[in-house]
Amino acid sequence: MTDTPFVIAGRTFTSRLIVGTGKYPSHAIMAQAHAASGAEMVTVAVRRVNISDRSKESLLDYIDDRIFILPNTAGCYTADDAIRTARLGREAGLSHWVKLEVIGDERTLFPDNEALIDATRVLVKEGFIVLPYTNDDPIACRKLEDAGASAVMPLGAPIGSGLGIQNANNIRIIREFSKVPVIVDAGVGTASDAALAMELGADGVLMNTAIAGAEHPVQMAEAMKHAVIAGRLAFLSGRIPRKMYATASSPLEGVIGT
Amino acid sequence: MTITLNGERFELDSPKSVAALLAQLDIDPRRVAVEHNLNIIKRQTFSDVLIGEGDSVEIVNFVGGG
Repeated sequence: MTDTPFVIAGRTFTSRLIVGTGKYPSHAIMAQAHAASGAEMVTVAVRRVNISDRSKESLLDYIDDRIFILPNTAGCYTADDAIRTARLGREAGLSHWVKLEVIGDERTLFPDNEALIDATRVLVKEGFIVLPYTNDDPIACRKLEDAGASAVMPLGAPIGSGLGIQNANNIRIIREFSKVPVIVDAGVGTASDAALAMELGADGVLMNTAIAGAEHPVQMAEAMKHAVIAGRLAFLSGRIPRKMYATASSPLEGVIGT
Repeated sequence: MTITLNGERFELDSPKSVAALLAQLDIDPRRVAVEHNLNIIKRQTFSDVLIGEGDSVEIVNFVGGG
């Protein structure tokens, strides 16, 4: 079975892996990891310029020109702040795409669904391509889609937790319900988590800490590239059903000594 | 005169444009977005928008994030 292209809001991506730009040991390692991951879209955060210390080099100098930059609204706890941040990101980046985050709780960084849906509605009206980071809740995802989201990005587990997909069944249901792309965002710890997300039918996976925080980020980026490809192929290939007991792979006839 | 710049008090000798403020701060205007009293300022109008006494200015850029 041949794959369909990965298209978000009319833009086609060859790679189904989206990666972050935070928490790398250095900008140079980040750039190498991006290249190794094969990602064509990376997320960035929007923050105040450090007025007193202008010496810091710009992140953008280390992002390949061919990579599409997706600003996020991380750290926003209200719809208003997220909307303001999205508008600033658009102005700074000259793109009208946003990874929309409205966080509801500091410890879990779980999204505030109600505020997220409100902010999605407002930003879609302003012409944004909105990719909301959401709970792994099929109903919330449906409401986000109705509000005009161009994709839904359910979490696999809390941000930076590395716990892997906690509710595989919900991801499967979200895929079944959604007409827009489903991107599993957050919670990936290692390659098998990314592969599982794709095997469940996700259209893409977004991760940051799993790569940036690994002992060898560039190698892990490459592992993630392969995991996403492998998971996608496995999904398309139609896996065998799970059975309680063995079914022999070798012929039962002609065994010697019988 | 005093303005609020990125949430902190900041002294300016006289009202000046957004472009002049960025130049004073040694900030490349192509790499930032500016909000003036909660309004986003389009980059093409950085030279036209004047910052005055008591105004609030936010200057943001992109940093690493997920």
